[in-house]
Amino acid sequence: MMVNIRWHGRGGQGAFTAARLLGAAYSSHENQYALAFPSFGPERRGAPIQAFTKLDTKPVVNRSEVNQADYIIFLDDTLFTEGILRELKADGKVLLNTKQSFDNSRILTIDADSIAAETLKQPITNTIMLGAFAEVFQGIGIQDIQEAIQLHMPAKLHDRNILAVQQAAAEIHREVVL
Amino acid sequence: MAKHFLSGNEAFAYGIRLARPQVISAYPITPQTIVVEKLSEMVEDNSLQAEFIHVESEHSALSCAIGASAVGARAFTATSSQGLLYMAECLTYAAGGRFPIVMMNANRSTALPWNIYGDQRDSLSLLDCGWIQAYAENAQESLDLALMGYYIAEHKAVSTPFMANLDGFVLTHTYEVVEVPEAAEADLFLQPYATENKLDLSNPKNLAFSVGPDHNTAFKYKEHLGILRAKEAISEAEYKFAKIFGRGYTGLIETYQTEDAEYIIITLGSIAGLVRETVDKLREKGEKVGLLRIRYMRPFPNEEIASTVKNAKAIGVLEKDISFGNEGTVFTNVNSALQKVGLSVPSSNYIGGLGGRNISAQEIEGVFEALKTEKRTVSFLGMEGEQP
Repeated sequence: MMVNIRWHGRGGQGAFTAARLLGAAYSSHENQYALAFPSFGPERRGAPIQAFTKLDTKPVVNRSEVNQADYIIFLDDTLFTEGILRELKADGKVLLNTKQSFDNSRILTIDADSIAAETLKQPITNTIMLGAFAEVFQGIGIQDIQEAIQLHMPAKLHDRNILAVQQAAAEIHREVVL
Repeated sequence: MAKHFLSGNEAFAYGIRLARPQVISAYPITPQTIVVEKLSEMVEDNSLQAEFIHVESEHSALSCAIGASAVGARAFTATSSQGLLYMAECLTYAAGGRFPIVMMNANRSTALPWNIYGDQRDSLSLLDCGWIQAYAENAQESLDLALMGYYIAEHKAVSTPFMANLDGFVLTHTYEVVEVPEAAEADLFLQPYATENKLDLSNPKNLAFSVGPDHNTAFKYKEHLGILRAKEAISEAEYKFAKIFGRGYTGLIETYQTEDAEYIIITLGSIAGLVRETVDKLREKGEKVGLLRIRYMRPFPNEEIASTVKNAKAIGVLEKDISFGNEGTVFTNVNSALQKVGLSVPSSNYIGGLGGRNISAQEIEGVFEALKTEKRTVSFLGMEGEQP
């Protein structure tokens, strides 16, 4: 069964990089396939953008944008409104980078900004949200994410991003999964 | 063979690197830019030994490729939309000169209104320029066409330039799993380009000359025969490709569930995947539907289309194109194929995806449903309520 993931971020925050890393990590296994693409158009720093990852156990042929998602991931909570839940499947989850808390079991939160400040020393949360997603989704290992980072990101970014992914997975595990 | 996660543009660049072109001339245009960026990186890091020439326009990009081919080099260029239209003058030079250049075109809408998104009006409006035209469905086929393109174009019986079309953004910018062949395997598949159709100081001759009314028809007839013979060269290339890489292709068309199909959608490019998935869904409900994907618009699969649809109750041609004042160009070509063998299967034309507009699974189901009652109409998806 296809899993549809939609990423929300601002230009420059790396939402599409996260979408692509997820697709690469998932499809590195036999008989697992993925499609990853950004919302197409002019690239502008700071403007809201979306990115999409589709995961399946057979080749993904539907190249349309995702209107009903299994997971919607926000790198930036200024883009989030509860109205977005209408675009989520009934058993879907929102994964939100925020310091706020929500009384809604469909909204999972993590303070990715704090992990970014501490570990990455810059306000980029894409790999942190990817680590949190992997822990929640369970259909992909943290090890797979690490390998995708090593394959697809510049070498100088490997260590801190891998550490950030591990911290995110541990934190969301404490907050949500337990 | 190694598994990678690549966009259509990147996959095509990997395919071109395996084909070892000696000259790459290009001018960037969205959504083609990444294929030439990637190739320039490969030249820079020496993983591809080629002369990379950054020209000042698309007209020069193809002129430069023609010049390279005319001294016997394997040449590559890439373009899109207005860039393709700007180089249109040179398209006929390349074809008439029998220069087997491979060019990637990122299918994109044509102005005005200005629009950078995908449809197939750019290449379909240039079917008559003498180029082989192939349409890829996914990134894997894109890479494979980059390699097979040279084999087919340079085939002695063909000597015709090859245009590989990738849907802008939905294919060029979408990442998916791609098997990348090893260079040694690719070298087994594709030999270096060798030709007598070149300027050579040790064997001087005239190329790209004038021919008056007396002999012009003979040249054009030979050009026509060359592109018709591409059909056998495509079979040959695919046979050899399957033997070396273990991946098969099916010539000018690909069919899916058409054997007993009552209703068949004919389409081309990346939307075929979603049509195939829709066929599966409707088949589960017991509906006899099928897909015919056109892989090559030139040479055109006349016999293949006619024999596939001969028992259908109706066919629908779904295309991202309109020839203003008439109908979609693919539709015109398909109807001609049927007429040539006296087939009168009712056919309708569905124009969709213009300027990058999404074609949804529901719309494709709608086309299959409409085929049951609608006969011989031309309609635009999403414009049903409009008065003609």
